[in-house]
Amino acid sequence: MATSITAVDAPGDLPAAGRRPRGWRGLPVIRQLRQSVGLQRGMLVAGLILTGIFLLTALFAPLLAPYEFNQLRDAAGSFGAQQAPSSEHWLGTTVGGYDVLSRVIWGTRTALYVIVAAVLMSIVIGVLLGLVAGYFGGWLDRVLVVVADAIYAFPSLLLAIVVGIVLNGGESSLRGGIMAAALSITVIFVPQYLRVVRAETVRIKAEAYVESARVIGASNWRIMTRHVFRNATRTLPLIVTLNASEAILTLAGLGFLGFGIEPTAAAEWGYDLQKALSDVTSGIWWTSLFPGLAIVLVVMGLTLVGESLNDLADPRLRTRRRGPATPADVAETSVVPGSPAADSSDLDHGKGSL
Amino acid sequence: MTTTTTELTGGGAAPEAAPTAARQRRSGGLGSYLLVRFLLIFPTIFILVTTVFVLMRLTGDPITAAQGGRLPAEELARRVAEAGYDRPILVQYWEYLGQLVRGDFGTAISDGREISDMLTSFGAATLELAFYALVVAFVVGIPLGRLAAYLRDRWPDAVLRVFAILCYATPVFFAGLLLKLVFAVNLGWLPVAGRASTGAEIQLQQQDGSTGIYLIDALTLGDGEVIQDVLEHAVLPAVALGLLTAGVFLRLVRTNVIGTLGSGYVEAARSRGVSERRLLRKHAYRPALIPIVTVIGLQIALLLGGAVLTETTFEWKGLGFQLVEYLQARDFVAVQGIVVLAAVIVALVNFVVDVVAALIDPRVRY
Repeated sequence: MATSITAVDAPGDLPAAGRRPRGWRGLPVIRQLRQSVGLQRGMLVAGLILTGIFLLTALFAPLLAPYEFNQLRDAAGSFGAQQAPSSEHWLGTTVGGYDVLSRVIWGTRTALYVIVAAVLMSIVIGVLLGLVAGYFGGWLDRVLVVVADAIYAFPSLLLAIVVGIVLNGGESSLRGGIMAAALSITVIFVPQYLRVVRAETVRIKAEAYVESARVIGASNWRIMTRHVFRNATRTLPLIVTLNASEAILTLAGLGFLGFGIEPTAAAEWGYDLQKALSDVTSGIWWTSLFPGLAIVLVVMGLTLVGESLNDLADPRLRTRRRGPATPADVAETSVVPGSPAADSSDLDHGKGSL
Repeated sequence: MTTTTTELTGGGAAPEAAPTAARQRRSGGLGSYLLVRFLLIFPTIFILVTTVFVLMRLTGDPITAAQGGRLPAEELARRVAEAGYDRPILVQYWEYLGQLVRGDFGTAISDGREISDMLTSFGAATLELAFYALVVAFVVGIPLGRLAAYLRDRWPDAVLRVFAILCYATPVFFAGLLLKLVFAVNLGWLPVAGRASTGAEIQLQQQDGSTGIYLIDALTLGDGEVIQDVLEHAVLPAVALGLLTAGVFLRLVRTNVIGTLGSGYVEAARSRGVSERRLLRKHAYRPALIPIVTVIGLQIALLLGGAVLTETTFEWKGLGFQLVEYLQARDFVAVQGIVVLAAVIVALVNFVVDVVAALIDPRVRY
């Protein structure tokens, strides 16, 4: 842990804002893109492209998809079940008689809804709890940390299933299904945000500028929102990208186990894969391959972005540009002790890692 | 990079180099650390059990959930009252905790089985799968991670890193489906599903003192064909689940080896003329493995979650497979039993992992 603290202290211990590049060049991802070189830049760019395609597909799904996600027939009659890829159905049809391509495309929307809902809810709850726990400390802090640790260590899918049971009691509408999935995922994510924000808050609380604010007479609320919040949440974009990919995997897992959203309400990749399970044995490959590939590509895109951002934030891992670089950036980006996002599953093991 | 120096030298050599007084304080620290860590198991399990209980009961009592709509209202009410689900929730909670302490998980609603009985028999299958998967993860993840670190920023590193991300990005059930499609259906090399062929399964289950872990049973049986059959069935599920963890290991080993390679003592060894190969093997590699120990604790959670999906994909009749069956039957008593068992396993494994980590790495104790 000594590493990052000294790293932060090294260039004079200024709150880094003063030195940060201004304008669009200072925006989170763009700044890292400019900072990266070689292979790292390649991975970041690849990730950004995949993520971009994902977002665009979700946005323009109605235009891109040849059919509705719940369409079973067109003017020429019923699609038919398990039809092999053809000119009419580029990726074939599912066992339920839906067009695979359309469901893959519409699935991006469902995935995006769930990511946005889950990440927003986790950030709001997790950051708030983290700030309060870290800032005030005491028994509340201890209880929150123990609870968060217990939940964090638990298999997230099982937890999501339990939450799904509670919320999904008969609900399989689009909104109900999405909220159920998003809430299940939120329960898993809150502990992560709580821990990261809490650790940062504890560190920042001891900084001189917080002390001065207190001396001036700023209220706890003002210090928390003005001074601590902005600084404690700097690493969040990184965790968000990694969590977004986890959200998709959890959603797909839930869908695969039958907690998905009904095919008439929305297209969901996990659900389609569950239905394709029996197809595989009879050699029908198109019903499982394409929804699965969609998951892999989206998760990969998000993970590539997240990992690259993380590596760029960690001075030990960042590939240096040759020639005079600006070492000041090191202090700005790598702030969390033990670099918690080195691996999404490495969060609370900063204590022992390395 | 000077920053890392202090940390790393502190890690390896500190206990020997430290003055006697400090060493004594440390050994005292270990004892109390272990005690505190041990005591922490109980609140962890307690919190998870309580969370699960509260969540499950928010939806109502298990009997209505399982049989509501199928039985006339009076009959349903009678059964609910019989099972004691009409009493205040706190009384039920207290009773439930008491039962758990005695190791009594209740009886499944759907098939009337003792849940503790069900947990042990299906738990063995899950344990076996998790073990195979960990073996795959170690065998694939650690050497490749080391290789990627050694060839850092060259093309093999790029390929390996993409491979690691691919491992992580592929849902286990999709990986399973693909493996099945290629190796079981198209090539026909390996069986499609199950833990053993029917014949072998009967032989294994009829054996005296069967453990439920098929590999062990097959070995005690001593029948070469059965052993081969059991192993063949294990390959695809083990690879599907193992690759997930292998990706995590690969990434972690790579990151840590790079970290130790850049550290002060490696630099010192390099300046003494130690060869690069030896640097990697003797100096940088071993300390980089310590974090693996800590991460295994979290991998258990991932493995348990992944096992549910893998077992469903391959009809591997373990806890995960059973969990899905009970979910479909809306048998929440059984579901609760499985989830609570998972909580206990996670808490215990994390305790063991923390103890091992503390023994290996003195800094953890603080």
